[in-house]
Amino acid sequence: MSIKVRYFASLKESLGRDSDNLEFEQTISVAEVWARAVPAKEMPVNILAAVNMQYVGLDQQVADEDEVAFFPPVTGG
Amino acid sequence: MIKIVSAEFDPFAEAQSHQKKSALTGKYGATSLFIGTMRDFNQGDKVQGMTLEHYPGMTEKQLAMVVADAEEKWSLLDSLVIHRVGDVFTDDVLVLVVIWSVHRGDAFDASRYIMEQLKSKVPFWKKEILTDDQHRWVVKNTDGYL
Repeated sequence: MSIKVRYFASLKESLGRDSDNLEFEQTISVAEVWARAVPAKEMPVNILAAVNMQYVGLDQQVADEDEVAFFPPVTGG
Repeated sequence: MIKIVSAEFDPFAEAQSHQKKSALTGKYGATSLFIGTMRDFNQGDKVQGMTLEHYPGMTEKQLAMVVADAEEKWSLLDSLVIHRVGDVFTDDVLVLVVIWSVHRGDAFDASRYIMEQLKSKVPFWKKEILTDDQHRWVVKNTDGYL
């Protein structure tokens, strides 16, 4: 399976990149996506996650060709 | 209607233009208009500008869900939400929420709801430029009910 992982705002800056492409054999959770994409950094406690542009919990399973996004709390308006 | 724009806009002209195009004549008794503007201060510091980042695609999806929720909760005739992205400066309009309804309660309440939901759910992020050219991400929006 192949997925795209995207990062935004301060998270993107601290990682020094805006995306990763991940390949894996079996279905994994959003939390595992983080662990594989960003092994050097523990997931921030206030992080928000989305799959295909919908908010999800960290235990959500991802499927082939999903777009997973991680970002800090939103501050628009 | 929902719009994400990267250039300065006149909120009153946008509201008026949308109203003229809508089939509202004779039907609406209330129009509420909320405008969020950029201040020149935040958390005790002077701020000279900001960059507004967003997640294209998800931003529009989440805003559409917020407006759809408001339409379920209140009786609305029409709505217009415009949000700015990119580089913004003091006094620039950041967000416009216009609601047209038969009675004022629906317009007031839906407008407040959309703003509070927007501030907690729609993926926009502000990075402030302070007067000494230091940059700082806004970490959290203030609670609108304080």
